[in-house]
Amino acid sequence: MKKTFDLIDLDCANCARKMEDAIKKLDGVSDANVSFMTQKMTVEADDSRFDAIMKEVVKCVRRVEPDCEIVLK
Amino acid sequence: MTRKQKKALYRILIAGALLLIAALLPVEGLWRLPLFLIPYVIVGWDVLRKAALNIAHGQVFDENFLMCVATIGALVLGEYAEAVGVMLFYQVGELFQSIAVGRSRRSIAQLMDIRPDSANVLRDGELTEVSPEEVAVGELIAVRPGEKIPLDGVVTEGSSSLDTAALTGESVPRHVETGDEVISGCVNKTGLLTVRVTKPYGESTVAKILDLVENAASRKAKAENFITRFARYYTPAVVIGAALLAVIPPLFLGNWAEWVHRALIFLVISCPCALVISIPLSFFGGIGGASARGILVKGGNYLELLSKTSVAVFDKTGTLTEGVFALTALEPAEGVTEVELLEAAALAEGHSNHPIAQSLRQAYDGVIDLTRVADVTEIPGRGVSAKADGRTILAGNEKLMAGSGIALPESERTDAGTVVHVAAEGQYLGRAVIADRVKATAAEAVSALRQRGIRTVMLTGDSQAVGEAVANQLGLDETHTRLLPADKVEHVERLLRERDPGGVLAYVGDGVNDAPVLSRADLGIAMGAMGSDAAIEAADVVLMDDDPAKLITAMDISRKCMRIVRENIVFALGVKGLFLLLGALGAANLWEAVFADVGVAVIAILNASRMLRTK
Repeated sequence: MKKTFDLIDLDCANCARKMEDAIKKLDGVSDANVSFMTQKMTVEADDSRFDAIMKEVVKCVRRVEPDCEIVLK
Repeated sequence: MTRKQKKALYRILIAGALLLIAALLPVEGLWRLPLFLIPYVIVGWDVLRKAALNIAHGQVFDENFLMCVATIGALVLGEYAEAVGVMLFYQVGELFQSIAVGRSRRSIAQLMDIRPDSANVLRDGELTEVSPEEVAVGELIAVRPGEKIPLDGVVTEGSSSLDTAALTGESVPRHVETGDEVISGCVNKTGLLTVRVTKPYGESTVAKILDLVENAASRKAKAENFITRFARYYTPAVVIGAALLAVIPPLFLGNWAEWVHRALIFLVISCPCALVISIPLSFFGGIGGASARGILVKGGNYLELLSKTSVAVFDKTGTLTEGVFALTALEPAEGVTEVELLEAAALAEGHSNHPIAQSLRQAYDGVIDLTRVADVTEIPGRGVSAKADGRTILAGNEKLMAGSGIALPESERTDAGTVVHVAAEGQYLGRAVIADRVKATAAEAVSALRQRGIRTVMLTGDSQAVGEAVANQLGLDETHTRLLPADKVEHVERLLRERDPGGVLAYVGDGVNDAPVLSRADLGIAMGAMGSDAAIEAADVVLMDDDPAKLITAMDISRKCMRIVRENIVFALGVKGLFLLLGALGAANLWEAVFADVGVAVIAILNASRMLRTK
């Protein structure tokens, strides 16, 4: 499953890159893209564990940029 | 400026003023520290806070953290003014960056301003304004003049002209009336239209285009991947360099304070921000600028490939030619005028639905009074015989003429296309040539490609005579005719083997029958894709309208983009490298280093934002 999320207060391009790196390394994530320009994140991951994986993704984002928020739709 | 940016500006101004006061006050010794700490904290508290949070998360190579180490290091060394100044400059740079990026974001959003806000749907006899997503297939929507068409559909009532500029970059309005298909994203200019929706919003043209452009960022160009890899190693390498610089030379030379000071310079320029922001911004701007002109590029990688094109392979029908039959030449016999010839032909073909008959009637400038025509006989494989105004008119091929014993004069011209001979009462009137017309801009596009040193090849399933006539007219380097789809793939594979290893083979087709070739080529370009889902899916680059010259525009955009990308890489790496060297040699101070960091980032962003003004 591939889902796109909006990011709020993603202030630094290098952080976006670091997030992307970290999310890609998560177990179950097949691909991820964090765009600083569009302030959007795309995550492609296992259908069955998507919600659990998203929790990990949120942690990754927090770790790199504490003020950045993911809009979970 | 956003509220956040304004707040940052006030903090910078206040801290700047306080720094000035602190520097001017005649305070001596350790008392100066608290005096400078006030502006330091005012301007830098968010950096300090983020650094603390990140170090708790184990992010050692975080920019905020490194910035703090550098400035606190300067404070410890007693360089108070420098410490505050560096933090201040850093924040000024961040503010500039944020403004520049915000501005680029807005102009890209404007370029892609094709998203309809609402749809006026006709329900229970009343118009209701709803969001386009809520309209179902089969419902009727009203589109008033000045509004965007929110969903794809068919006009059921009204006529108007449509502005398709946002989709195709083409400014000539398109006329539509009842029965015509309309595409979402076009602007209704003149009349009220009622449209029956044929596709849900998610599948409509406008949603597909927006989705495609937004997702283009995820297909990264080589240059972007290089930056990502580089950024991964750059910060740790510079920080390790700083640590070594702070410890090793003083072991032999002494003077710890001086070497630590030099090491701090390393920390200040340890962020690869300039590259990490400006390179994706250039590609994003290039893709956005291209889409505003009706060129959809599906990713940064394709934009990069476009700039390296060395072979351009074209399909003929629908790509270089209109794909529609039209009258291309009239050759009346001696003593006959062109009008007489055309009138006779149009009358004889007056009742036929054959494409050739239609194009003759279209060429005839006037109304054909069919009551003048009688006794129409179609002779299969030959043509048509009809009585008009009492005269027997024959219109057809050589066999028809030969069968009626009419001698054809020798013609020097060998026209590509279908020749219709016309005779009346056994007398030869002349001939009309009907052919697929070459597009107005095709020759210009081919010659522009050749000027750029690009090999131009045409592959067509059409006959040798037709294919070669088109090729001669356009001045192509190479033409292959009478090809089956499989032969086209074979030719493309041969051309792929022949092209330079660094070059790119681009295949330009209309996306209808050439999906295998489009995917086999290095770069598949589909043309005339307004509303054609298949072409949008199959190709890497989509030219929304039928204009082959758009290929040149697309290449110009890609070349400009790649040039900006190269400039930024060389400039940012060059300046940073220079300052690392100067810093290590003790020839640069922290002020200069912070310029090397944020100043370069701002300049690189400004350079990248040139991509948004592609005209």
